[in-house]
Amino acid sequence: MIEVKGLVKTYGNKRAVDGVSFTVRPGDILGFLGPNGAGKSTTMKMITGYLRPDAGTATVAGIDVAKDPVAVKSRIGYLPESAPAYGEMTVVEFLNFIGEVRGFRAAATRREKVERALALTHLESVRRQAIETLSKGYKQRVGFAQALLHEPPCLVLDEPTDGLDPNQKNEVRSLIKSMAADRAVILSTHILEEVDAICNRIIVISSGKVVVDETPDAFRARKPGARLDAIFRDLTSADA
Amino acid sequence: MSQITPVLKREFLGYFRSPVAYVFLIVFLVASVGLAFFVGGFFKANQASLQSFFVFQPWLYLFLIPAIGMRLWAEERRGGTIELLFTLPLTTLDAVLGKFFAAWAFLVLGLALTFPLAITVGWLGDPDWGVIAGGYLGSALMAGAYLAVCSLLSSLTKNQVIAFVLGVVVNLVLVFLGWSVFNGLLSGFLPVPAVDFIANLGFIPHFDAFAKGILDPSDFAYFGSVIALALTLNYVALER
Ligand SMILES: Nc1ncnc2c1ncn2[C@@H]1O[C@H](COP(=O)(O)OP(=O)(O)O)[C@@H](O)[C@H]1O
Ligand SMILES: [Mg+2]
Repeated sequence: MIEVKGLVKTYGNKRAVDGVSFTVRPGDILGFLGPNGAGKSTTMKMITGYLRPDAGTATVAGIDVAKDPVAVKSRIGYLPESAPAYGEMTVVEFLNFIGEVRGFRAAATRREKVERALALTHLESVRRQAIETLSKGYKQRVGFAQALLHEPPCLVLDEPTDGLDPNQKNEVRSLIKSMAADRAVILSTHILEEVDAICNRIIVISSGKVVVDETPDAFRARKPGARLDAIFRDLTSADA
Repeated sequence: MSQITPVLKREFLGYFRSPVAYVFLIVFLVASVGLAFFVGGFFKANQASLQSFFVFQPWLYLFLIPAIGMRLWAEERRGGTIELLFTLPLTTLDAVLGKFFAAWAFLVLGLALTFPLAITVGWLGDPDWGVIAGGYLGSALMAGAYLAVCSLLSSLTKNQVIAFVLGVVVNLVLVFLGWSVFNGLLSGFLPVPAVDFIANLGFIPHFDAFAKGILDPSDFAYFGSVIALALTLNYVALER
Protein backbone atom coordinates (compact mmCIF):
# COMPACT_ATOMS: atom_id res chain seq x y z
CA MET A 1 0.00 0.00 0.00
CA ILE A 2 2.74 2.44 1.00
CA GLU A 3 6.10 1.81 -0.59
CA VAL A 4 9.14 3.90 0.21
CA LYS A 5 12.38 3.44 -1.71
CA GLY A 6 15.68 5.11 -0.96
CA LEU A 7 14.27 8.38 0.36
CA VAL A 8 16.84 11.10 0.96
CA LYS A 9 16.38 14.60 2.34
CA THR A 10 19.11 17.06 3.14
CA TYR A 11 18.67 20.35 5.01
CA GLY A 12 21.64 22.58 4.27
CA ASN A 13 24.52 20.22 4.96
CA LYS A 14 22.56 17.99 7.34
CA ARG A 15 21.25 14.75 5.93
CA ALA A 16 17.98 14.30 7.83
CA VAL A 17 16.85 11.19 5.94
CA ASP A 18 19.47 8.99 4.34
CA GLY A 19 18.15 6.26 2.06
CA VAL A 20 15.07 5.04 3.91
CA SER A 21 13.15 2.13 2.34
CA PHE A 22 10.19 0.06 3.61
CA THR A 23 6.75 -1.21 2.65
CA VAL A 24 3.49 -1.05 4.58
CA ARG A 25 0.66 -3.41 3.64
CA PRO A 26 -3.02 -3.08 4.47
CA GLY A 27 -3.59 -4.33 8.00
CA ASP A 28 -0.10 -3.30 9.09
CA ILE A 29 0.41 -0.91 11.95
CA LEU A 30 3.97 0.15 11.51
CA GLY A 31 5.69 1.66 14.52
CA PHE A 32 8.22 4.17 13.29
CA LEU A 33 10.67 4.54 16.11
CA GLY A 34 13.65 6.70 16.70
CA PRO A 35 15.07 9.33 19.01
CA ASN A 36 14.22 12.98 18.45
CA GLY A 37 15.88 14.24 15.32
CA ALA A 38 16.23 10.77 13.77
CA GLY A 39 14.28 11.78 10.67
CA LYS A 40 10.82 10.34 11.37
CA SER A 41 8.84 13.50 10.66
CA THR A 42 10.89 14.32 7.59
CA THR A 43 10.20 10.85 6.16
CA MET A 44 6.48 11.25 6.80
CA LYS A 45 6.44 14.68 5.20
CA MET A 46 7.88 13.17 2.04
CA ILE A 47 5.34 10.32 1.98
CA THR A 48 2.46 12.76 2.40
CA GLY A 49 3.74 15.07 -0.32
CA TYR A 50 4.58 18.05 1.88
CA LEU A 51 8.30 17.84 1.16
CA ARG A 52 9.92 16.82 -2.08
CA PRO A 53 12.60 14.14 -1.63
CA ASP A 54 16.11 14.87 -2.89
CA ALA A 55 16.26 11.24 -4.05
CA GLY A 56 14.12 8.12 -3.89
CA THR A 57 10.40 7.60 -4.28
CA ALA A 58 7.31 7.18 -2.17
CA THR A 59 4.28 5.49 -3.70
CA VAL A 60 0.82 5.03 -2.27
CA ALA A 61 -1.49 2.48 -3.90
CA GLY A 62 0.99 2.38 -6.76
CA ILE A 63 0.93 6.15 -7.33
CA ASP A 64 4.18 8.07 -7.09
CA VAL A 65 3.68 11.09 -4.88
CA ALA A 66 6.09 13.11 -7.01
CA LYS A 67 4.06 12.38 -10.16
CA ASP A 68 0.50 12.79 -8.88
CA PRO A 69 0.58 14.41 -5.46
CA VAL A 70 -3.14 15.19 -5.37
CA ALA A 71 -4.13 11.56 -5.99
CA VAL A 72 -1.80 10.41 -3.22
CA LYS A 73 -2.99 13.09 -0.81
CA SER A 74 -6.59 12.07 -1.32
CA ARG A 75 -5.70 8.50 -0.23
CA ILE A 76 -3.86 9.48 2.92
CA GLY A 77 -5.09 10.72 6.26
CA TYR A 78 -2.25 12.63 7.86
CA LEU A 79 -1.85 13.83 11.40
CA PRO A 80 1.17 16.14 11.40
CA GLU A 81 3.29 16.49 14.52
CA SER A 82 1.51 18.66 17.13
CA ALA A 83 -1.78 18.47 15.18
CA PRO A 84 -1.95 21.89 13.53
CA ALA A 85 -5.45 23.28 12.92
CA TYR A 86 -7.04 26.64 12.23
CA GLY A 87 -7.51 27.77 15.82
CA GLU A 88 -10.14 30.42 15.24
CA MET A 89 -12.54 27.90 13.71
CA THR A 90 -14.85 25.75 15.77
CA VAL A 91 -14.37 21.99 15.61
CA VAL A 92 -17.37 21.57 13.32
CA GLU A 93 -16.38 24.45 11.04
CA PHE A 94 -12.91 23.01 10.71
CA LEU A 95 -14.09 19.48 9.94
CA ASN A 96 -16.58 20.85 7.44
CA PHE A 97 -13.75 22.62 5.67
CA ILE A 98 -11.71 19.43 5.57
CA GLY A 99 -14.75 17.54 4.28
CA GLU A 100 -15.28 20.08 1.55
CA VAL A 101 -11.66 19.91 0.39
CA ARG A 102 -11.86 16.13 0.59
CA GLY A 103 -14.56 16.30 -2.03
CA PHE A 104 -17.75 15.88 0.00
CA ARG A 105 -19.58 18.75 -1.66
CA ALA A 106 -23.14 17.69 -0.86
CA ALA A 107 -24.07 19.08 2.56
CA ALA A 108 -25.83 15.88 3.65
CA THR A 109 -22.89 13.58 2.87
CA ARG A 110 -20.50 15.99 4.48
CA ARG A 111 -22.57 16.22 7.65
CA GLU A 112 -22.63 12.45 7.86
CA LYS A 113 -18.83 12.23 7.52
CA VAL A 114 -18.28 14.97 10.05
CA GLU A 115 -20.66 13.41 12.56
CA ARG A 116 -18.98 10.05 12.16
CA ALA A 117 -15.54 11.57 12.74
CA LEU A 118 -16.82 13.50 15.77
CA ALA A 119 -18.31 10.34 17.26
CA LEU A 120 -15.18 8.23 16.66
CA THR A 121 -12.96 10.76 18.38
CA HIS A 122 -15.45 11.71 21.13
CA LEU A 123 -15.56 15.36 20.19
CA GLU A 124 -19.33 15.92 20.32
CA SER A 125 -19.20 17.86 23.57
CA VAL A 126 -16.83 20.50 22.16
CA ARG A 127 -18.19 20.65 18.64
CA ARG A 128 -19.04 24.36 18.78
CA GLN A 129 -15.88 25.41 20.60
CA ALA A 130 -13.06 27.29 18.90
CA ILE A 131 -10.11 24.94 18.45
CA GLU A 132 -7.65 27.40 20.03
CA THR A 133 -9.59 27.15 23.32
CA LEU A 134 -9.31 23.35 23.51
CA SER A 135 -6.92 21.42 25.75
CA LYS A 136 -4.00 19.55 24.22
CA GLY A 137 -5.83 16.22 24.33
CA TYR A 138 -8.84 17.58 22.51
CA LYS A 139 -6.69 19.35 19.91
CA GLN A 140 -5.01 16.05 19.21
CA ARG A 141 -8.41 14.44 18.70
CA VAL A 142 -9.35 17.17 16.24
CA GLY A 143 -6.22 16.24 14.34
CA PHE A 144 -7.37 12.64 14.35
CA ALA A 145 -10.89 13.48 13.29
CA GLN A 146 -9.46 15.47 10.39
CA ALA A 147 -7.19 12.60 9.35
CA LEU A 148 -9.84 9.88 9.29
CA LEU A 149 -12.80 11.93 8.07
CA HIS A 150 -12.59 10.57 4.53
CA GLU A 151 -11.92 6.99 5.68
CA PRO A 152 -8.57 6.83 3.87
CA PRO A 153 -6.82 3.54 3.04
CA CYS A 154 -3.59 4.94 4.54
CA LEU A 155 -3.00 6.72 7.81
CA VAL A 156 0.19 8.56 8.61
CA LEU A 157 0.30 9.66 12.24
CA ASP A 158 3.23 11.68 13.55
CA GLU A 159 3.55 11.20 17.32
CA PRO A 160 -0.19 10.81 17.82
CA THR A 161 0.05 10.36 21.58
CA ASP A 162 2.63 13.06 22.27
CA GLY A 163 1.66 15.22 25.23
CA LEU A 164 -1.40 13.21 26.23
CA ASP A 165 -2.05 11.87 29.71
CA PRO A 166 -2.06 8.08 30.24
CA ASN A 167 -5.81 7.74 29.87
CA GLN A 168 -5.86 9.72 26.67
CA LYS A 169 -2.95 7.68 25.36
CA ASN A 170 -4.88 4.50 25.91
CA GLU A 171 -7.91 5.91 24.22
CA VAL A 172 -5.90 6.98 21.18
CA ARG A 173 -4.27 3.57 20.97
CA SER A 174 -7.55 1.73 20.92
CA LEU A 175 -8.81 4.19 18.33
CA ILE A 176 -5.81 3.45 16.11
CA LYS A 177 -6.27 -0.28 16.59
CA SER A 178 -9.93 -0.09 15.68
CA MET A 179 -9.14 1.78 12.50
CA ALA A 180 -6.32 -0.44 11.37
CA ALA A 181 -8.26 -3.49 10.19
CA ASP A 182 -7.86 -3.02 6.43
CA ARG A 183 -5.68 0.05 6.40
CA ALA A 184 -1.98 0.73 6.17
CA VAL A 185 -0.99 2.72 9.24
CA ILE A 186 2.36 4.34 10.01
CA LEU A 187 2.76 5.90 13.40
CA SER A 188 5.88 7.52 14.70
CA THR A 189 6.84 7.64 18.31
CA HIS A 190 9.78 7.69 20.62
CA ILE A 191 7.86 5.77 23.27
CA LEU A 192 8.51 2.04 23.19
CA GLU A 193 5.55 0.81 25.19
CA GLU A 194 3.40 2.31 22.48
CA VAL A 195 4.84 0.10 19.80
CA ASP A 196 4.51 -2.90 22.03
CA ALA A 197 0.86 -2.10 22.66
CA ILE A 198 -0.40 -1.73 19.12
CA CYS A 199 2.11 -2.28 16.33
CA ASN A 200 2.69 -5.45 14.38
CA ARG A 201 5.90 -4.14 12.86
CA ILE A 202 8.78 -2.05 14.10
CA ILE A 203 11.12 0.14 12.15
CA VAL A 204 13.87 1.83 14.08
CA ILE A 205 15.46 4.79 12.42
CA SER A 206 18.63 6.43 13.64
CA SER A 207 20.44 9.40 12.07
CA GLY A 208 18.25 9.11 9.01
CA LYS A 209 18.89 5.40 8.40
CA VAL A 210 16.73 2.34 9.02
CA VAL A 211 18.56 0.15 11.53
CA VAL A 212 15.77 -2.35 12.31
CA ASP A 213 12.73 -3.58 10.37
CA GLU A 214 11.03 -6.55 12.04
CA THR A 215 8.13 -7.74 14.21
CA PRO A 216 7.87 -6.70 17.87
CA ASP A 217 8.58 -10.31 18.85
CA ALA A 218 11.76 -10.49 16.82
CA PHE A 219 12.75 -7.14 18.30
CA ARG A 220 12.26 -8.41 21.82
CA ALA A 221 14.20 -11.59 21.02
CA ARG A 222 17.31 -9.53 20.27
CA LYS A 223 18.14 -9.45 23.94
CA PRO A 224 15.95 -11.84 25.84
CA GLY A 225 14.87 -10.57 29.20
CA ALA A 226 16.00 -7.02 28.56
CA ARG A 227 13.58 -4.13 28.57
CA LEU A 228 12.68 -2.77 25.17
CA ASP A 229 14.23 0.59 25.88
CA ALA A 230 17.57 -1.06 26.64
CA ILE A 231 17.55 -2.61 23.16
CA PHE A 232 16.47 0.69 21.71
CA ARG A 233 19.26 2.53 23.50
CA ASP A 234 21.86 0.13 22.12
CA LEU A 235 20.58 0.56 18.60
CA THR A 236 20.37 4.33 18.58
CA SER A 237 23.17 5.38 20.88
CA ALA A 238 25.01 6.81 17.89
CA ASP A 239 22.43 9.62 17.92
CA ALA A 240 23.03 10.82 21.44
CA MET B 1 -9.58 24.25 -9.94
CA SER B 2 -12.79 23.37 -8.11
CA GLN B 3 -10.61 23.16 -5.01
CA ILE B 4 -10.32 26.96 -4.99
CA THR B 5 -13.83 27.33 -3.57
CA PRO B 6 -13.37 25.67 -0.16
CA VAL B 7 -10.12 27.57 0.43
CA LEU B 8 -11.73 30.84 -0.63
CA LYS B 9 -14.75 30.29 1.57
CA ARG B 10 -12.75 29.36 4.64
CA GLU B 11 -10.45 32.31 4.22
CA PHE B 12 -13.19 34.85 3.58
CA LEU B 13 -15.40 33.73 6.48
CA GLY B 14 -12.24 33.61 8.59
CA TYR B 15 -12.07 37.40 8.58
CA PHE B 16 -15.35 37.53 10.48
CA ARG B 17 -14.29 34.96 13.07
CA SER B 18 -12.08 37.55 14.71
CA PRO B 19 -12.45 41.28 15.39
CA VAL B 20 -9.88 41.96 12.67
CA ALA B 21 -12.53 42.26 9.97
CA TYR B 22 -14.62 44.78 11.86
CA VAL B 23 -11.62 46.83 12.97
CA PHE B 24 -10.35 46.87 9.41
CA LEU B 25 -13.67 47.83 7.85
CA ILE B 26 -14.21 50.64 10.35
CA VAL B 27 -10.69 52.02 9.96
CA PHE B 28 -11.03 51.81 6.20
CA LEU B 29 -14.33 53.71 6.21
CA VAL B 30 -13.30 56.34 8.75
CA ALA B 31 -9.94 56.94 7.10
CA SER B 32 -11.16 57.13 3.51
CA VAL B 33 -14.18 59.30 4.30
CA GLY B 34 -12.21 61.40 6.81
CA LEU B 35 -9.45 62.10 4.30
CA ALA B 36 -11.99 63.07 1.66
CA PHE B 37 -13.84 65.42 4.00
CA PHE B 38 -11.09 67.08 5.99
CA VAL B 39 -8.04 66.92 3.77
CA GLY B 40 -9.55 66.61 0.33
CA GLY B 41 -12.20 69.30 0.85
CA PHE B 42 -15.04 67.07 -0.25
CA PHE B 43 -17.63 69.83 0.31
CA LYS B 44 -15.46 72.88 -0.36
CA ALA B 45 -14.63 71.68 -3.84
CA ASN B 46 -18.26 72.30 -4.53
CA GLN B 47 -18.42 69.80 -7.31
CA ALA B 48 -20.45 66.66 -7.52
CA SER B 49 -17.70 64.05 -7.80
CA LEU B 50 -15.69 61.63 -5.70
CA GLN B 51 -12.34 63.04 -6.84
CA SER B 52 -11.41 64.07 -3.31
CA PHE B 53 -12.19 60.54 -2.13
CA PHE B 54 -10.27 58.61 -4.77
CA VAL B 55 -7.18 60.78 -4.75
CA PHE B 56 -6.08 59.45 -1.35
CA GLN B 57 -6.67 55.80 -2.05
CA PRO B 58 -3.21 54.87 -3.32
CA TRP B 59 -1.82 56.26 -0.03
CA LEU B 60 -4.43 54.70 2.18
CA TYR B 61 -3.94 51.29 0.57
CA LEU B 62 -0.26 51.56 1.28
CA PHE B 63 -0.95 50.76 4.94
CA LEU B 64 -4.30 49.05 4.93
CA ILE B 65 -3.64 46.38 2.35
CA PRO B 66 -0.39 45.08 3.87
CA ALA B 67 -2.40 44.79 7.11
CA ILE B 68 -4.74 42.38 5.34
CA GLY B 69 -2.13 40.66 3.16
CA MET B 70 0.56 40.11 5.80
CA ARG B 71 -1.19 37.15 7.42
CA LEU B 72 -2.13 35.27 4.25
CA TRP B 73 0.85 32.91 4.30
CA ALA B 74 2.95 34.01 7.27
CA GLU B 75 0.20 32.90 9.65
CA GLU B 76 0.00 29.46 8.02
CA ARG B 77 3.75 29.07 8.35
CA ARG B 78 3.80 30.20 11.96
CA GLY B 79 0.91 27.97 13.03
CA GLY B 80 2.08 24.92 11.08
CA THR B 81 -1.25 24.76 9.25
CA ILE B 82 0.61 25.14 5.96
CA GLU B 83 1.60 21.49 6.35
CA LEU B 84 -2.04 20.56 6.80
CA LEU B 85 -3.11 22.66 3.82
CA PHE B 86 -0.50 21.23 1.48
CA THR B 87 -1.20 17.63 2.42
CA LEU B 88 -4.87 18.05 1.50
CA PRO B 89 -5.79 17.09 -2.08
CA LEU B 90 -5.36 20.51 -3.66
CA THR B 91 -2.64 22.13 -5.73
CA THR B 92 -0.47 25.04 -4.73
CA LEU B 93 -2.22 27.11 -7.37
CA ASP B 94 -5.63 26.33 -5.85
CA ALA B 95 -4.40 27.55 -2.49
CA VAL B 96 -2.75 30.69 -3.86
CA LEU B 97 -5.82 31.69 -5.86
CA GLY B 98 -8.29 30.74 -3.13
CA LYS B 99 -6.54 32.89 -0.58
CA PHE B 100 -5.97 35.78 -2.95
CA PHE B 101 -9.57 35.94 -4.12
CA ALA B 102 -10.87 35.69 -0.56
CA ALA B 103 -8.77 38.63 0.59
CA TRP B 104 -9.61 40.58 -2.55
CA ALA B 105 -13.31 39.99 -2.04
CA PHE B 106 -12.92 41.27 1.50
CA LEU B 107 -11.21 44.45 0.28
CA VAL B 108 -13.89 44.97 -2.35
CA LEU B 109 -16.47 44.61 0.42
CA GLY B 110 -14.73 47.42 2.32
CA LEU B 111 -14.75 49.52 -0.82
CA ALA B 112 -18.43 48.79 -1.43
CA LEU B 113 -19.24 50.03 2.07
CA THR B 114 -18.08 53.51 1.04
CA PHE B 115 -20.90 53.63 -1.47
CA PRO B 116 -23.09 55.90 0.72
CA LEU B 117 -20.54 58.56 -0.16
CA ALA B 118 -21.49 58.24 -3.81
CA ILE B 119 -25.16 58.35 -2.88
CA THR B 120 -24.56 61.56 -0.93
CA VAL B 121 -22.92 63.10 -3.96
CA GLY B 122 -25.84 62.01 -6.11
CA TRP B 123 -28.26 63.55 -3.64
CA LEU B 124 -26.41 66.86 -3.37
CA GLY B 125 -25.65 67.31 -7.03
CA ASP B 126 -25.61 65.74 -10.41
CA PRO B 127 -22.43 63.66 -10.69
CA ASP B 128 -21.13 61.79 -13.72
CA TRP B 129 -21.94 58.23 -12.65
CA GLY B 130 -19.66 56.79 -15.32
CA VAL B 131 -16.69 58.54 -13.72
CA ILE B 132 -17.66 57.31 -10.28
CA ALA B 133 -18.04 53.73 -11.54
CA GLY B 134 -14.64 54.00 -13.23
CA GLY B 135 -13.12 55.19 -9.97
CA TYR B 136 -14.54 52.24 -8.06
CA LEU B 137 -13.42 49.78 -10.72
CA GLY B 138 -9.91 51.24 -10.79
CA SER B 139 -9.76 51.22 -7.01
CA ALA B 140 -10.77 47.56 -6.86
CA LEU B 141 -8.16 46.59 -9.47
CA MET B 142 -5.48 48.60 -7.73
CA ALA B 143 -6.37 46.94 -4.43
CA GLY B 144 -5.88 43.58 -6.15
CA ALA B 145 -2.40 44.61 -7.29
CA TYR B 146 -1.36 45.80 -3.82
CA LEU B 147 -2.76 42.61 -2.36
CA ALA B 148 -1.00 40.26 -4.79
CA VAL B 149 2.32 41.90 -3.90
CA CYS B 150 1.56 41.49 -0.18
CA SER B 151 0.55 37.85 -0.65
CA LEU B 152 3.88 37.14 -2.32
CA LEU B 153 5.83 38.86 0.47
CA SER B 154 3.80 37.06 3.13
CA SER B 155 4.84 33.72 1.68
CA LEU B 156 8.51 34.52 2.26
CA THR B 157 8.37 34.69 6.06
CA LYS B 158 6.56 33.32 9.07
CA ASN B 159 6.70 36.70 10.75
CA GLN B 160 3.67 38.87 10.05
CA VAL B 161 5.41 42.07 11.12
CA ILE B 162 8.15 41.48 8.56
CA ALA B 163 5.50 40.69 5.95
CA PHE B 164 3.73 43.96 6.77
CA VAL B 165 6.87 46.09 6.58
CA LEU B 166 7.96 44.46 3.31
CA GLY B 167 4.47 45.01 1.92
CA VAL B 168 4.53 48.72 2.76
CA VAL B 169 8.02 49.20 1.36
CA VAL B 170 7.49 47.39 -1.94
CA ASN B 171 4.12 49.01 -2.53
CA LEU B 172 5.59 52.38 -1.61
CA VAL B 173 8.11 51.94 -4.41
CA LEU B 174 5.28 51.13 -6.82
CA VAL B 175 3.37 54.21 -5.70
CA PHE B 176 6.40 56.50 -5.87
CA LEU B 177 7.30 55.44 -9.41
CA GLY B 178 4.07 57.00 -10.64
CA TRP B 179 3.72 59.88 -8.18
CA SER B 180 3.72 63.26 -9.94
CA VAL B 181 5.97 64.87 -7.34
CA PHE B 182 8.59 62.14 -7.77
CA ASN B 183 8.28 62.28 -11.57
CA GLY B 184 8.75 66.06 -11.37
CA LEU B 185 12.03 65.50 -9.57
CA LEU B 186 13.13 62.92 -12.14
CA SER B 187 12.39 65.17 -15.08
CA GLY B 188 15.10 67.51 -13.72
CA PHE B 189 17.77 65.17 -15.03
CA LEU B 190 16.05 62.52 -17.20
CA PRO B 191 14.56 62.92 -20.67
CA VAL B 192 10.75 62.99 -20.85
CA PRO B 193 10.29 59.53 -22.45
CA ALA B 194 12.36 57.94 -19.67
CA VAL B 195 10.29 59.66 -16.99
CA ASP B 196 7.09 58.57 -18.71
CA PHE B 197 8.33 55.02 -18.85
CA ILE B 198 9.15 55.01 -15.14
CA ALA B 199 5.83 56.67 -14.26
CA ASN B 200 3.95 53.98 -16.16
CA LEU B 201 5.46 51.29 -13.96
CA GLY B 202 3.74 52.86 -10.95
CA PHE B 203 0.17 52.52 -9.74
CA ILE B 204 -1.00 56.14 -9.81
CA PRO B 205 -1.10 57.02 -13.54
CA HIS B 206 -3.16 53.90 -14.27
CA PHE B 207 -5.47 54.48 -11.36
CA ASP B 208 -5.90 58.16 -12.28
CA ALA B 209 -7.15 57.18 -15.70
CA PHE B 210 -9.90 55.04 -14.14
CA ALA B 211 -10.73 57.80 -11.66
CA LYS B 212 -11.29 60.17 -14.58
CA GLY B 213 -13.70 57.67 -16.08
CA ILE B 214 -11.31 56.55 -18.82
CA LEU B 215 -11.37 52.78 -19.31
CA ASP B 216 -8.23 52.07 -21.30
CA PRO B 217 -7.36 48.39 -21.96
CA SER B 218 -3.72 49.15 -21.21
CA ASP B 219 -4.63 50.13 -17.64
CA PHE B 220 -6.55 46.90 -17.18
CA ALA B 221 -3.53 45.07 -18.60
CA TYR B 222 -1.21 46.89 -16.18
CA PHE B 223 -3.07 45.86 -13.03
CA GLY B 224 -3.72 42.40 -14.45
CA SER B 225 0.00 41.94 -15.12
CA VAL B 226 1.04 43.09 -11.67
CA ILE B 227 -1.42 40.62 -10.12
CA ALA B 228 -0.39 37.76 -12.42
CA LEU B 229 3.33 38.37 -11.91
CA ALA B 230 3.10 38.65 -8.13
CA LEU B 231 0.93 35.53 -7.83
CA THR B 232 3.22 33.56 -10.12
CA LEU B 233 6.17 34.44 -7.90
CA ASN B 234 4.02 33.61 -4.88
CA TYR B 235 3.39 30.17 -6.39
CA VAL B 236 7.08 29.65 -7.13
CA ALA B 237 8.04 30.69 -3.59
CA LEU B 238 5.64 28.11 -2.14
CA GLU B 239 6.64 25.32 -4.53
CA ARG B 240 10.28 25.52 -3.59
N1 LIG C 1 13.04 22.61 8.28
C1 LIG C 1 14.21 22.12 8.73
N2 LIG C 1 15.35 22.81 8.49
C2 LIG C 1 16.54 22.33 8.92
N3 LIG C 1 16.71 21.18 9.58
C3 LIG C 1 15.61 20.45 9.84
C4 LIG C 1 14.32 20.88 9.44
N4 LIG C 1 13.41 19.95 9.83
C5 LIG C 1 14.12 18.99 10.45
N5 LIG C 1 15.44 19.29 10.46
C6 LIG C 1 16.50 18.43 11.04
O1 LIG C 1 16.42 17.16 10.43
C7 LIG C 1 16.62 16.14 11.40
C8 LIG C 1 15.44 15.20 11.41
O2 LIG C 1 14.30 15.88 11.91
P1 LIG C 1 12.90 15.19 12.09
O3 LIG C 1 12.55 14.47 10.83
O4 LIG C 1 11.95 16.23 12.56
O5 LIG C 1 13.17 14.15 13.26
P2 LIG C 1 12.16 13.35 14.18
O6 LIG C 1 10.79 13.58 13.68
O7 LIG C 1 12.61 11.95 14.08
O8 LIG C 1 12.35 13.90 15.56
C9 LIG C 1 16.85 16.85 12.72
O9 LIG C 1 18.24 16.93 12.94
C10 LIG C 1 16.29 18.22 12.52
O10 LIG C 1 17.01 19.16 13.28
MG1 LIG D 1 9.19 14.47 14.64
